[in-house]
Amino acid sequence: MSSSAIEYNSTGIPHGKLGMWVFLASEIMLFGAFISAYIVLRIGSPNFGVPPESVMGRPLATLNTFVLITSSATMVLALAAIQRDNIKQFTWFMVLTSVLGLTFLGIKAFEYQHKIHEGLTLSSGLFGSFYYTLTGLHALHMIGGLVFNTYVLIQGLRGVFNSHHHERVEYAGLYWHFVDLVWVILFPVFYLV
Amino acid sequence: MIDPSNYTVGLPIAASTYASKVDLSLNILQWGMVAIFVIWGIFFTYCLVRFRSRNNPSASYAAANKGGALSFLPDVMVLGFEIWLIFFLGLPIWAEIKETFPTAMESNVVELVAEQYAWGFQYSGDDGLFAKRDPKQISSGNTIGLDANDPNGKDDYVSINELHVPLGKPTLLYMSSKDVIHSFFVPEFRVKQDVVPGMRVPLWFEPTKTGRFEIGCAQLCGLGHYRMRGEVVVHTPEEFEVWKQEKMKEKEI
Amino acid sequence: MTSKHQTHESGFVRKYIFSLDHKVIGLQYMFTALTFLLLGFGFVLLMRWQLAYPGKAIPLIGGWLSDTLAPGGVMLPEFYNQLGAMHGTIMVFLGIVPLGVGFYGNYFLPLQIGAGDMAFPKLNMMSYWTYFVGGILMLSSFWLPGGAAQSGWTSYPPLSVIAPSGQTMWLLSMTFIITSSLFGSINFIVTTINMRAPGLTWMRLPIFVWGQFVTAILLLFAFPVLQAGAILQLLDRVAGTCFYLPAGLVVSGTLLERVGGGSALLYQHLFWFLAHPEVYVLILPAIGIVGEIIANNTRKPLFGYKTIVASMIFLGVLSFLVWAHHMFLSGMKTSLSRIFMVTTMVISIPSVAILSCYIFSLWGGSIRYRLPMLFALAFLPMFGIGGLTGLPLGFLPTDIYLHDTYYVIGHFHYVVVTGTLVALMGGLYYWFPKMFGRTMNSFWGHVHFWGTLICMNGIFFPMFIQGMAGMQRRLYDPTVQAHNLSTQFLSPFQFLSAMLLLVFQFPFIINLFVSLFKGKKPVENPWEATTLEWACPSPPPHGNFTSLPKVYRGPYEYSVPGQKLDFIPQNKES
Repeated sequence: MSSSAIEYNSTGIPHGKLGMWVFLASEIMLFGAFISAYIVLRIGSPNFGVPPESVMGRPLATLNTFVLITSSATMVLALAAIQRDNIKQFTWFMVLTSVLGLTFLGIKAFEYQHKIHEGLTLSSGLFGSFYYTLTGLHALHMIGGLVFNTYVLIQGLRGVFNSHHHERVEYAGLYWHFVDLVWVILFPVFYLV
Repeated sequence: MIDPSNYTVGLPIAASTYASKVDLSLNILQWGMVAIFVIWGIFFTYCLVRFRSRNNPSASYAAANKGGALSFLPDVMVLGFEIWLIFFLGLPIWAEIKETFPTAMESNVVELVAEQYAWGFQYSGDDGLFAKRDPKQISSGNTIGLDANDPNGKDDYVSINELHVPLGKPTLLYMSSKDVIHSFFVPEFRVKQDVVPGMRVPLWFEPTKTGRFEIGCAQLCGLGHYRMRGEVVVHTPEEFEVWKQEKMKEKEI
Repeated sequence: MTSKHQTHESGFVRKYIFSLDHKVIGLQYMFTALTFLLLGFGFVLLMRWQLAYPGKAIPLIGGWLSDTLAPGGVMLPEFYNQLGAMHGTIMVFLGIVPLGVGFYGNYFLPLQIGAGDMAFPKLNMMSYWTYFVGGILMLSSFWLPGGAAQSGWTSYPPLSVIAPSGQTMWLLSMTFIITSSLFGSINFIVTTINMRAPGLTWMRLPIFVWGQFVTAILLLFAFPVLQAGAILQLLDRVAGTCFYLPAGLVVSGTLLERVGGGSALLYQHLFWFLAHPEVYVLILPAIGIVGEIIANNTRKPLFGYKTIVASMIFLGVLSFLVWAHHMFLSGMKTSLSRIFMVTTMVISIPSVAILSCYIFSLWGGSIRYRLPMLFALAFLPMFGIGGLTGLPLGFLPTDIYLHDTYYVIGHFHYVVVTGTLVALMGGLYYWFPKMFGRTMNSFWGHVHFWGTLICMNGIFFPMFIQGMAGMQRRLYDPTVQAHNLSTQFLSPFQFLSAMLLLVFQFPFIINLFVSLFKGKKPVENPWEATTLEWACPSPPPHGNFTSLPKVYRGPYEYSVPGQKLDFIPQNKES
């Protein structure tokens, strides 16, 4: 944060927002590479080891997808609240977002337990390897998002944000929506196809 | 022993049917490159002398925009050269070497099994049928893991680090690897192909000379990569028959 | 708090170690990268000794090496392979890129666009320190049981999966380097888009900035793919997965009890998807520097500025579509090879365009043969050789023979060493007065230039001859194979050239440090250049510009007719 006379922005887009978009572009390449690898091997491998539907547990995963999409909606509502200077609503929606995120991770942990019990593990075959690698990576991103959200929530409680100044809420939202979007792609890839 | 006069500074002798085509492409490209470099070099040197500050005290602002379409001449020339190369040499030669294979009937078929750091060759014997290989049956006496229960294997025989082939007939290799990636390279034949575990990659060549030629491994495969070498022994058809009979007799004992 | 105030208050640690100033971070990158370059060069000297005199004890330092590496001073194959893998990794990921992007980009991109700093100074600092930690981890792997990574800088599985623990460290270290590069590229992209001075439109950006900008975009999109490939390899090594391992592998007589099903080629695709754009990451900053020096020393605008910019963008886009030309003989579908041969031939066109524009730039100029200009001029034919020798490698029939031979090694060393590295050295002489307010000694600079150029060619040109004779790369002892004997006589010559190259770096190193403190103080803007970095004091203070510069014209307004001076700075109101 240089405080010299030079503070000039050629495009008018805040640095942070542009930076977040650029970062997400790179994330798309990361997940894109994993998903491409998955597709290539699923088509080409002699033994991919796709487990039966009972192991995958489609209903629970569908519920989880619903939980995550709802958390995206509450994130939007939190941003809308701070834009109206409504700190109380902002706080509640941020808390709700995080609770939904934690619920997602909890269900995920339960799912992992069930699958390991059924014999689907990281090293039991390519499907399992990809399943745990990709959903695990996604869960790590979720945890990152939760940390970011908590930070934003604390700052909000300290009164840092108002209707003119709430960029970080927006960045946290961008990231959170991206993480949801990744799940929306992973869900059909692992559970439906 | 390999005849040392096969190799000089420059390309080794050409000893397969398609080697001369690879050499032709290489020559055309190399001379093309030299020509481009020399033309560029002459222009470059001329500029360096003609336009040094002593000879040309004030630079011409307008020169930066002169030339127009003419400045794309080098690009167009290189592009033209490349298009010609691709369509008249690249694709046809590639198709001949890597995409069209002789039938099993007309060729000498050999299964290649590479490992750290040796080349194993499996021949089918008189029945033309290869025994399956089973990684579980690999032992010091059976390094490529021939399946003892496969009836096709009765007359199969194996040679290590020596590939025996007859003259006047294409050899068709099916290559696989036990452990890591290797690369089958015979400089005299101008042929090279990676041998990848989990894959069965075909390769063919037809020698034009009898004698011994070197097989090198061209893909880093571990500590012994440098000494992973073998020899292709090209026989006359009669000699090849003699060698084959000997090999089969050895097997019966 | 004014910027001046800040620098006074902060102590040594905040000022020189955990500094947020892009210039200090740039210099940290420079010194670290130069150290790594020297180290990587030291590794290859040992390798060249082994190649020149296989099985002979390494003189002088051979006795210091442990018995697990070189008993009696004679190098073991495992040590050779470790040196080879580490030489490649260090030179590419810890040497050239941090020098070309981390140093030059960090130091000069903000200056050339008239910005006070990078967009995210803290991220910038983190970028350097993650790189530093990655580098230390990489070197520390030599002390692991089994030694450092030894599967080549490409680390192809299954070899890399069954390799000793150094490979795990390689993968971890690469994760740090990739993260560092991600931080850096986000910073460069946002800075270039958002922090250009008023009036500095895209078509007024210096070529150097364009080079850095395209490079940052390549890094942003290419590196995550290698990250994915590295994570999968790491899991194959430590978690028992089989992404890259087919079933039924038998390693030294024992059957690997793994489920298999994976593909060894998958890694190669992921690796080269990064590593081909990486070539342009290596070369674009150098092209940018050469453009600056040529415009400045021909005293005229660059020929075909727009063509060069368009070519750089085109190169950037196309570099994502040529990766599989490294895999023509890997066993992938032969029809894919056809497609990739065509894209590879297409990508040579923008390179030819850039090179011809630079050569045409000489026409009508008034060439001053100052020291940086010598480096820039040497870059042109050397990069030309590097580029031209790429043709037979991208061309299917000839690649069958030349693939994985010393011809390839010669080709990319001409591009990266006699091309990029020479240009980067020239940039240092060009911008030294800017960074330190002092000039480097010209006589020793000339000694360094001529010695370096001749010795580099002495090492790399024979590689083409060896490659033509069929000598494979990565051979611990080439003399075991009959076809390599005919060109073995060149190896001692190459070793001698390499030793002399080392000797000729000493004038450079000493010159660098002596000039830091004792160099002649030049006038402001000693090269009479037009770009914005010369519009602030040398060395630039914290925050760079005292007032926001305004830009009125393109980057290379030299010898404009009717003007008294032969250059008009970008920020000069006419």
